[in-house]
Amino acid sequence: MAALTPTAAPAPGGTPRRARDPKAVRVRARRRPRVWRGAVLALAGLYFLVPLLSSFVFTVHTPGQGVSFAAYTGILSAEGFTRSLLLSLGLAAATILLALLLAVPALVGVRLGAPRLRPLVEIVCMLPLVVPPIALVTGVTTVLRWGPDHLSRTPLYQTFLAVQNESFPVVLVLAYTVLALPFVYRSLDAGLRAVDVPTLVEAARNCGASRLYVILRVILPNLRSSLAGASFLTLALVLGEYTIASLLGFRPFAVWIVSVSGAQARMSVAVSLLSLLITWALLLLLSRAGTRAASATPAPPAPSGTSASLTSPASGKE
Amino acid sequence: MPAPSSSAPGAADGTRRRRRAPRAWLGALPLLVFAALCFGLPVGALLYGAVTRDDPATGATALTGEHLQRSLQGPYLTSLAGSVELSALTAVIATLLGTLIAQAVVTSRGGALRNAVLTASGVLANFGGIPLAFAFVATLGISGVVTRLGHLDSAGWNLYSFTGLAVIYLYFLVPLMVLVSVPALDGLRPQWREAAQNAGATSWQFWRHVGLPVLAPSLLGGFVLLFGSAFAAHATAAALVGGSVPLVTLKIADALSGNVLVGQENVALALSLDMIVIAGLVMAVYLPLQRRSTRWLH
Repeated sequence: MAALTPTAAPAPGGTPRRARDPKAVRVRARRRPRVWRGAVLALAGLYFLVPLLSSFVFTVHTPGQGVSFAAYTGILSAEGFTRSLLLSLGLAAATILLALLLAVPALVGVRLGAPRLRPLVEIVCMLPLVVPPIALVTGVTTVLRWGPDHLSRTPLYQTFLAVQNESFPVVLVLAYTVLALPFVYRSLDAGLRAVDVPTLVEAARNCGASRLYVILRVILPNLRSSLAGASFLTLALVLGEYTIASLLGFRPFAVWIVSVSGAQARMSVAVSLLSLLITWALLLLLSRAGTRAASATPAPPAPSGTSASLTSPASGKE
Repeated sequence: MPAPSSSAPGAADGTRRRRRAPRAWLGALPLLVFAALCFGLPVGALLYGAVTRDDPATGATALTGEHLQRSLQGPYLTSLAGSVELSALTAVIATLLGTLIAQAVVTSRGGALRNAVLTASGVLANFGGIPLAFAFVATLGISGVVTRLGHLDSAGWNLYSFTGLAVIYLYFLVPLMVLVSVPALDGLRPQWREAAQNAGATSWQFWRHVGLPVLAPSLLGGFVLLFGSAFAAHATAAALVGGSVPLVTLKIADALSGNVLVGQENVALALSLDMIVIAGLVMAVYLPLQRRSTRWLH
């Protein structure tokens, strides 16, 4: 580790020792970190690539039977695939819409005229991080059990039944929105920090713009990349969510993958690999959007917003 | 939408921002109501169920510590300990490996390598749950590719075990740590190192007195984040081990779906409460650390 600095710093000033004997220092400085760094990165690369590669091999190659792509070609016609995927996509769309509709007005409103509410909004949005999804779902089941137990005579009971509709379980949208709030908040907060909202609003209002126009055409376009970031993270979260859906007895995508794994192990691995690639593509898009925003605005919070939302814990792994 | 105000547009004077204030909070109202209903209500129900008991005969509800007590005994305690053990172990390993990888990336000169590693980390840190479990089943499971090639099963390898789970958890924890520690290591300015060298410090002395103290909050914060992340993980373990490794998330799921005994719901609630307390402690450690570590990063 001793020899790292020279490589890290392309010697803006150059230490006197290096100036006196540049060659010797450079040779010594370079070889060791190269070996060390190469070994670390190679081992890490191995660990991270091998599961992906062997998943692919597993899906196309059956020992003793040769290579076949049946696991991939059979996905579309598999029982329940289309339904569960469409359900997941529908849930994701509804969750994104609800989360943004709740978070954008709250964050903009807090910035415009209610700064004292800001800590409250922040705490409310970050609290779900403290409650693991499995704990949230125990609470949700308890509440849902009140329906038949206590409310069967009241009109509220119909609401309880409606949110648990098998074909589009609204209760999942509500739960996922709660899970997504921390990520949506962080992404939007970072975006808003780079924009001077009150000045923008005042400027637009002075030009005669209506309030709705200000929101839709002035504020939202400035938040485009953080809106995209929030949406992508929510999408990834909903597509991969298993815990809540399975314990409430619904069958979106992740639950479907598990349910076919017993009979068609190859296909479940193939679908897993595909869903990883899709998530990968989405997050690449997201980081593109993030870097573009970062280069467009010199304000420091913009890049940290993207990385903060990317580093957010537990987004897909509950 | 913030504050539909009655003032005509363009009626501008210095008090405009102040006049808008009384109604801007309306924008936050839907969010707060939603959080109260969809987050506050379930969590409240959880707390209530964890500390009360319904008497089946009279229907009366009484306050009791019995569920919490049961959740800290026998197999439940084992599962809590198992979760804490697994999370702590994987978080320690991932903190070390992640920092090492991050240091290798930070000290490398190529921008391409750095970008590639950071993007890959962003993806892999979000790669969890069911797909991850199946990727590892295909790799290191009983008929997994690597297992067959390396004849690992005869060497005693078992993916469906504590060690197996740890190997899988590292797959998303290490990238998460890379993402956390790269900014921290970037904040370690080369000038400090040069100053230390010019003052005659050895490399060990530099790390002991400058490097680690500056990095400590970030690394500790990263560790805590990883711990929380591993602690809350359920899907991977559920898809993989079923019940063969005692984990609190699996126990809760079992109790909730009535796999064990009817009437276990309250213990599930108590266990959830235990988890929330632990996760809350984790956050209580993490947030101040994060605030402290940002001091050096700008």
